[in-house]
Amino acid sequence: MTELINRILSGMSPTMPLTRLLITILIMVVSAAIVLAVSLLYEGFATYAERKVAGDIQARIGPNRVGPYGLLQFVADGVKLLLKEDIIPFYADRWLFIIAPYIVFTVSFAAFVPLSYSDHVSIANLNVGVLYMIAISSVVSMAILMGAWGSNNKWSLFGGMRAVAQIVSYEIPIVLSLLAAIIIPASLSMRDIIAYQSGGLGIFRWLVFNNPFTLIAFFVYFIAAIAEVNRTPFDIPEAESEIVAGYHTEYTGMRFAFFFMAEYGDMFVVSAIAATLFLGGWQIPFIGGIPMPVWLREVLQVGVFFTKVFLLIYVMMWIRWTLPRLRVDQLMELCWKYLTPIALFNLIGASVWVLLLHDRGVYDIIARVFTR
Amino acid sequence: MEPKKIYGILSEKFGGKIKQFVENTLPPSVLVETDAIADVCRFLKEGDGLDFTSLMCLSGVDLKEQGRMAVVYHLHSMKQKHKITIKVELDRNNPHVQTVEQVWPGANWYEREAYDLLGIVFDGHSDLRRILLPEDWEGHPLRKDYVYPKRYHTWDV
Amino acid sequence: MTNADEKFMQVNMGPQHPSTHGVLRLLVTTDGEVLSGVKPYIGYLHRALEKIAERVTYPQFSPFTDRLDYLASMNCNLAYAMTVEKLLNIEVPRRAQILRVIMAELNRISSHLIAFGSFSSDMGAFTPFLFGIREREFINDLFEIACGARLTYNYIRIGGVSKDIPGGFIEKTREFLDYFPAKIKEYNELLSYNAIFIKRLANIAVISPDDAFDYGITGPNLRASGIKWDLRREEPYLIYNELDFDIPVGKGEMGKTGDAWDRYMMRIYEMEQSAKIVRQCLDLLAPGDYTAKVSKVLKPPAGEVYVRAENPRGELGFYLISDGSTKPYRLKIRAPSFANLSIIPKLARGVMIADLVAIIGSLDIILPEIDR
Repeated sequence: MTELINRILSGMSPTMPLTRLLITILIMVVSAAIVLAVSLLYEGFATYAERKVAGDIQARIGPNRVGPYGLLQFVADGVKLLLKEDIIPFYADRWLFIIAPYIVFTVSFAAFVPLSYSDHVSIANLNVGVLYMIAISSVVSMAILMGAWGSNNKWSLFGGMRAVAQIVSYEIPIVLSLLAAIIIPASLSMRDIIAYQSGGLGIFRWLVFNNPFTLIAFFVYFIAAIAEVNRTPFDIPEAESEIVAGYHTEYTGMRFAFFFMAEYGDMFVVSAIAATLFLGGWQIPFIGGIPMPVWLREVLQVGVFFTKVFLLIYVMMWIRWTLPRLRVDQLMELCWKYLTPIALFNLIGASVWVLLLHDRGVYDIIARVFTR
Repeated sequence: MEPKKIYGILSEKFGGKIKQFVENTLPPSVLVETDAIADVCRFLKEGDGLDFTSLMCLSGVDLKEQGRMAVVYHLHSMKQKHKITIKVELDRNNPHVQTVEQVWPGANWYEREAYDLLGIVFDGHSDLRRILLPEDWEGHPLRKDYVYPKRYHTWDV
Repeated sequence: MTNADEKFMQVNMGPQHPSTHGVLRLLVTTDGEVLSGVKPYIGYLHRALEKIAERVTYPQFSPFTDRLDYLASMNCNLAYAMTVEKLLNIEVPRRAQILRVIMAELNRISSHLIAFGSFSSDMGAFTPFLFGIREREFINDLFEIACGARLTYNYIRIGGVSKDIPGGFIEKTREFLDYFPAKIKEYNELLSYNAIFIKRLANIAVISPDDAFDYGITGPNLRASGIKWDLRREEPYLIYNELDFDIPVGKGEMGKTGDAWDRYMMRIYEMEQSAKIVRQCLDLLAPGDYTAKVSKVLKPPAGEVYVRAENPRGELGFYLISDGSTKPYRLKIRAPSFANLSIIPKLARGVMIADLVAIIGSLDIILPEIDR
């Protein structure tokens, strides 16, 4: 987007600073609106998909009343949530209680910014993209704790405490496993990382296949990411059968919807990171090398990117509707006794690999052997 | 072991404290003096060859015509596979009996229930509160002369 | 408040809480996630059934027994009918006895299906719940064929059953029996042997045989502690002495004998055995009377009986005193869940909140029966 602004501004006279500023702001607002609209639409359809997937797994039909195949169910849900009474408990800390859902939603929305959807489609190609994502997604824990504390409900407090403990702990294996991948392209920019994964029929140079350590890192990341977004089997912060609804027990109507949408937004973000860093992002598999018009390539790239992300989200849904929930201490045990050490040693292994073979992956080595 | 034989063992051990053996109830019952019930129960649980491991049921009964109340213990042994009913009769105006909670911890709730619904006081009970009815309920509904209340707090009943 | 008290937090779990299986209220004292004590409060569903019994005639009380354990109404009807029959010395015709066994065992399966399902949803896996409901629906259809009702059946009456089974019932039941074993296998694959599920339940809330005796625990919970005690075998009523079935006992397959997993697994094993019993009964079913000749007005001789029957949740006992009139003088209901629940304060000491949910679920209590 910065490039877009620069390109438009470069055609203008530099003597009109106010107009330049206005145009910049306008483009920013428009692109933010597009992202918001797309992400809301995605969140709507993700809830629909969740219910359909659940229905499929549970041998029932799922929503099928509103619109064709129940596709407009999320509109009905949204209207219902908008019309619901907005209850603020009498003893709640009003300020914290009100602001928490907005922070959660803003944060999950902000995480869409550095993602690279195709060669040219991205909001901002940050050179610290991955770092930014990790940083911004850990703000969620603060917002959840604000909401939980502000509700002045003991179950909410339980949920908030659990959420913070869980999110903060699982940040560590996430970062360590991401590092194991990042050291190969040696860049934090989402677009650079994806660009690095080109070639090899658009599949074999994916970082997940680069070396054995990145493969392990991918699985560690995915498990930890499920915990990061509080989904079963790691959904203890909102474990319905234990602590009612956790940190959002007291929230109703749109405030609750913000928490709810943020969860789906987070799912998209963690899946997008996995797709970007490990699964080649928008690299078109097999036919990527064929010459084609730019617009077609862009469309295909966006399609490929979203397909990868949605497949990962589907796996998350599949896991959610299949597995029971872990207990708090078992969750921490999994993080500190298994995932963190694995990720740490994995990072060392990946570093040694890079030190010895530079950025050559398994595919490069095999390809070189055959071409020789 | 036959109930009759159990009655024999009990009479031998406790003498006059064991009052009567009634055969036509199912299971046959032994009427015990009120002040001996805790000892009798402990003996039934721990005595040789008796092994009454569990208290199947503890019920309070209001015998209004006789002016008495009864507490009925249905005992059962999963080791010896025999059963017996033990009964005590209390003064209806001031029903007091020793608790058997120390013998079978499960009696705790049954005794609370008998206290709640019939007003039988179990001496030595660790936590004698109402169990099924609200704590501020008046009267004991399973008594035969219970008068139904017209109101409870702000509700018409 | 002293310093020692400040360390703890008191939370009300229930009467409105997703996993207290109704309106049980537990006053929980916690130190963070660890419980230091639990105080159960019951009676929210108290309907004074024992008082009602003193005001209605013997047959009129039969529908009230439906409302004791509403998931196993047939078994409650059966226990009550047997109590009154014992007092009246009625001999029940053989066909009626077989029909009673069929209904009681089908109801045992359907009750255990709910136990299995609700327990799995307590553990955070919602899908098995719907699988359980799916099979229960089949049994509900069978009951609807037999008596027209799907929840409170009141099919087993004093003297026999309310009417003979219509044509098609036997075929439909056989169809169910052929279909059911595969489903049990599915449950085991999905939930029973799931690693997370086992980790949550093994060695949790172990009930030793002595504790079980002391608290009067009966039914599957007692058998899980390794004691082979089943009234159907030890004091056979109806035609149980002619039937060939096993009594599963807890062996501590995943941990100590009598832990939560054993208690859960008893129900799965018992469903298999019940299906086996129903199959044998269908073969034994020969034409005959479906009810004994019972006069319209029942006037049992003065006397008292204590009769118990093996319900899905343990031994249901009726202590009935007759004074020779048409109404019971005193009816005491010994509900299995009442005794099973009374052990909770002992079990739930030093466990975690999530374990408390596992304990309640594994004991499989039902509140209408406890509160009466």
